[in-house]
Amino acid sequence: MASDKAFEVKDVVKHFGEVKALEGVSLSANAGTIFGLLGPNGAGKTTLVRMLSTLLEPDSGSLEVLGIDAIKHPQQVREVIGLAGQFAAVDEFQTGYENIYMTGRLYHLSHQVTKKRTNELLERLGLADAAKRPVRTYSGGMRRRLDLGASLVGQPQIMFLDEPTTGLDPKTRLDLWSIIRDLIKEGKSILLTTQYLEEADELADRIAVMNNGKIIAEGTSDQLKTQLGGDVVEVEIAKATDQAKAESAVKALAKRQPTISDDGLTLTIPVADGAKTLLAVVQALNSANINLNSIALHRPSLDDVFLSLTGAKAEVKEAGKPKAHRGGRS
Amino acid sequence: MSLRWGIIDTWTITKRNLNRYIRLPRLLVFSSIQPIMFLVLFNFVFGGAIGGATGVPGGKYIDFLLPGILAQTIMFGGVQTGIGLAEDMGKGIVDRFRSLPMSRLAVIAGRTASDAVRNLSVVAIMLTVGALLGFRFHNGLLDAIGMIALVVSFGYALSWAFAYVGMSVGDAETAQLASFFFIFPLVFASAAFVPVQTMPSWLQVFARNQPVTQVVNGARQLALGVPSGGAPWKSLLWTVILLAIFVPLSIRKYKKMA
Repeated sequence: MASDKAFEVKDVVKHFGEVKALEGVSLSANAGTIFGLLGPNGAGKTTLVRMLSTLLEPDSGSLEVLGIDAIKHPQQVREVIGLAGQFAAVDEFQTGYENIYMTGRLYHLSHQVTKKRTNELLERLGLADAAKRPVRTYSGGMRRRLDLGASLVGQPQIMFLDEPTTGLDPKTRLDLWSIIRDLIKEGKSILLTTQYLEEADELADRIAVMNNGKIIAEGTSDQLKTQLGGDVVEVEIAKATDQAKAESAVKALAKRQPTISDDGLTLTIPVADGAKTLLAVVQALNSANINLNSIALHRPSLDDVFLSLTGAKAEVKEAGKPKAHRGGRS
Repeated sequence: MSLRWGIIDTWTITKRNLNRYIRLPRLLVFSSIQPIMFLVLFNFVFGGAIGGATGVPGGKYIDFLLPGILAQTIMFGGVQTGIGLAEDMGKGIVDRFRSLPMSRLAVIAGRTASDAVRNLSVVAIMLTVGALLGFRFHNGLLDAIGMIALVVSFGYALSWAFAYVGMSVGDAETAQLASFFFIFPLVFASAAFVPVQTMPSWLQVFARNQPVTQVVNGARQLALGVPSGGAPWKSLLWTVILLAIFVPLSIRKYKKMA
């Protein structure tokens, strides 16, 4: 059943009573790539992943995973997929070894093969030393790695990683990123959902942005940034009291409404042509007698793209914040 | 899905569930403490008042009481099946299982099987404590084994019913509350603790014909030789009926879970 598509989703609709989780989603990804699904909580990302991993059927539409119809032949799909969900689905009372071993047996692998792969995975994920300890003694990061290990024991061709790094500390997040990159080197396909723009930017070959059950943009990270057009001038003013004055001074130069950070000091100004406009921005602020701490010009980040597409900040949980937030009203 | 994989996967899940009790033996101890308390309290609190009125040979309340407490114990044990499944759902473990190419009946069959093993262990503990309080089988070894089998098999059927409840409500706390809604009337408006004939006549109609009374009377007949109008067979019939309804319903629920 070779297919050059990792998955293909057409016109998928799913309502839970009043809640319209998915409203006509169509999406596909090439095999051997990381596809990033980006969106705030409640955008419909998890619903889509649950359908592709055969946990949920759509109200209408079609789903194929590696060319296999996920609605008609879910059991065949289950043989080629691995799922690591939002919560580490590991058993507290079993050891790390037992968790992966049990999953391997449930993939119907022989005892010998399961044992070999379990030990390899524990080694590779840095859990070999903790293999004999019950999972309730594991840290959050160790649980996520173990969960990933369990989903890998069947050697799936496609992995569904639903917010794999939500709630992890930055070091553990980087560890997981490098594990995910290694999976791609082995030729696996990956569908990754995330609330973190930086994560999608860093890992994904292509990105779809979801909001309210719809795909609102799709492309490579660069394409999405270009779609926003132009550059971003970021100005940090010395006194927050100058904020209104600064805003009106640069308004005429901005392509769209500038956004202002929570502390009122940083203005993010989308402009059409950065190099030319930068000077004009400096002059405008200068003639308005506003003191500046810093000024910078850069390509828009996915953060800016998301903001312009949804009119809302990407949802970022405090604990899991990937890095300090630049600019913009929250 | 072949039957062979169904059995192997069920065994894998059963072992996983039982591991819990091996790793944390106190879970089994705590499963037994509540029924032991009921047994001891009922025996000494009600024993004096009710003892002679029960009509069991020898007139000892403990002989009358133990089969009733066993029925109550396996009812409460059945609730644990629903709670266990709901917990696994809440932790995402059921999602993992449902995404694997494993048998679609193994998760529930494994849960009900491991709970039957736990019920059997608790029954053994209860019989030991009962013996210390003066309980004796009056009818020989075969009937004693028959009584244990009757109680545990009814508990197994109940587990399938509560599995359905647990998967329907989806969280452990609601599973517990929803289950007790069924359990209390069935346990207390039965022949478990007092003879049915002392109840008001409208309640007697329910109490005589509901399954827990059949199980209790069936167990009493096998343990003590009290004639019960074929209660062991009626109890077995209830077991079969529960399984016939809830095995397919539970498996369907598992497959179609949202």
